[in-house]
Amino acid sequence: MGKRIVLCFLFPFFYFYSSATEWKVGGNESMKTIHDALAAADSGDVIVVSEGVYREGEIVISKPLSLTGKKNAVLDGEMKYQVITVKASHVTIDGFIIQNSGYSDIHELSGIRLENVQQCIIRNNHLINNYFGIYFANSTYCSVIQNVIEGNAKTESSSGNGIHLWKSSNNFLSHNHISGHRDGIYFEFVKHSKIMANLSEKNLRYGLHFMFSDNDTYRYNIFRNNGSGVAVMYTQHVFMSDNIFENNWGGAAYGLLLKEISYSEIVNNTFRKNTIGIYMEGSSKTKVHRNNMQHNGWALRILGDCSGDTIVENNFSGNTFDVATNATMNMNYFHSNYWDHYSGYDLNHDQVGDVPFHPVSLYSKITEDAPYALMLLHSFFVDLMDETEKVMPTITPEQFRDDAPLMKPVKL
Amino acid sequence: MMKILKYVIYDVLRSKMIIAYTLFLFLLSSGLFWMNTDSGKTVVSLLHVILLVVPLISIVFGTIHYYNSREFTELLLAQPINRNKIFLGEYAGLSCSLAFALLAGMGVPVLISGSGEAAVYLVVVGILLTFIFTALAFLASVRSTDKARGIGTALLLWFYFAVLFDGIVLSILFYFNDYPLEKPVLFLTALNPVDLARVITLLKLDTSALMGYTGALYQKFFGSAWGISIAMLLLLLWLYVPLTWAKRIFFRKDL
Repeated sequence: MGKRIVLCFLFPFFYFYSSATEWKVGGNESMKTIHDALAAADSGDVIVVSEGVYREGEIVISKPLSLTGKKNAVLDGEMKYQVITVKASHVTIDGFIIQNSGYSDIHELSGIRLENVQQCIIRNNHLINNYFGIYFANSTYCSVIQNVIEGNAKTESSSGNGIHLWKSSNNFLSHNHISGHRDGIYFEFVKHSKIMANLSEKNLRYGLHFMFSDNDTYRYNIFRNNGSGVAVMYTQHVFMSDNIFENNWGGAAYGLLLKEISYSEIVNNTFRKNTIGIYMEGSSKTKVHRNNMQHNGWALRILGDCSGDTIVENNFSGNTFDVATNATMNMNYFHSNYWDHYSGYDLNHDQVGDVPFHPVSLYSKITEDAPYALMLLHSFFVDLMDETEKVMPTITPEQFRDDAPLMKPVKL
Repeated sequence: MMKILKYVIYDVLRSKMIIAYTLFLFLLSSGLFWMNTDSGKTVVSLLHVILLVVPLISIVFGTIHYYNSREFTELLLAQPINRNKIFLGEYAGLSCSLAFALLAGMGVPVLISGSGEAAVYLVVVGILLTFIFTALAFLASVRSTDKARGIGTALLLWFYFAVLFDGIVLSILFYFNDYPLEKPVLFLTALNPVDLARVITLLKLDTSALMGYTGALYQKFFGSAWGISIAMLLLLLWLYVPLTWAKRIFFRKDL
């Protein structure tokens, strides 16, 4: 589906540019540098860059044209410059290897930076070892497609983000592979944008970091092995579906961290092997439906300030703790989930358990109050306590319960 | 000493109990591997068995064996053989056959299913627990000539290490929750071989949850090769101390 949207988007451009002049840049061509070609070209022209390493400092594009790299066309920032700055709308950058942007504490130097532009396309590029990979400032209706972005982040304070969007709406990011940056994808004040089928892995902090960005959609992405997973904060109306969050390990790692989120949907995602699958803090009226929660430490950690969230038709299996909370009151709705820890019966065979399930186990409650008690994980004593509590709940919050636990996993 | 060891092994095998134990472990572990597609879960289930059943069988079987072979021991003592050699021979014979039972009963299914590092750790730790609890069994039995009292002490020891200790730890953690407990937690773990065994295996396994908060600390300590060696050394200490203690009592005892 993602690709079709992209094609619709691209066709008018091909048509428009087909009558344009083509400028060739390379060692054996008339134009030796990209700077010369940019100076000579008119709006709508195409600049084709041959194989070779181009060290031209900062390349500023201020005309609407298309810059295409042939195989092994390398733009090198020599660890000093921002490599490409786009200051005109309707620019296409295609097929380059863009490497070694400078590092600065004051300026956010990047592989490709877009400033106050519209309808630009950045595709098939390979960005290596840049401070920031692709940086959007106040730019709209742009696409970032099929780029490979590899950073070399060592510490959080000295590294930048893979794809960084600031105050930019209606953008489209798809099929990018981002690794080794601080945050894989960073959104701040970005509205109505789509993040589709990207792979964000091995980033120092978050695979995806979302702040104050309403009405965005992300689907079919994979976020794995990131320092702390994915964070979505202070946002409304986010739609997240069909993503995979896996292997986000560590003391403060999450599959998905929700902070102050409302009216959002989390549907059909898979959370696998995260320290905490979903961490919800201050979120309200959010749907968590039909997700697979497998082999997480805590599948769901829902704090007392969450309300009106619905947790329906999810599969919980192989998690050490299903639900943890610091609250005694429950203002959220648990219904029709499959819990592998459920040991009730189903007399009328309607596939719905006849006794409610309490997803917050006694041990989970204890570790909430005394975190050091985690040292007793899988100890016989603790299991014994849990079983006793199951038979006769006295300490665990009675309101946290699923009245219709499913006997078999939901087919997703 | 080797001769005594051989006789003890013959004796243990003749009682058929050891064969039943091997079969039980074999059926249980291969059954679990068979039914469960997820080897991580199987290892956790097996961990529960190791932590509960292995110490229990070792300590009870050890005590019963000690009392039942009293006459044989007395006969040996009448010969010009060093008492230490007799004691160690008996201990080695019994613990080796129990350990072998574990290796055959659990090790073989683990190897066949190929379920990774954690399962191998599980078997190693189980074998160490066998040696430790057999030593504790001998310690419990040399202290009294009364069989009932000896078995009672042994069962109490098992109950303390397998169940009660964790309850005490939990109440300590709860009571001193407001204090920084990083070091005490590590120290408390070292005080119980069962807990040590559990933590070592879990760190190879269910790291996701453990790594959370306390787990990071454990990971830092036990996660490195150095930490694992320390933990193994502590387990060996848990073997050495009861064994030498029991040996000393046996050496000085008027039978």
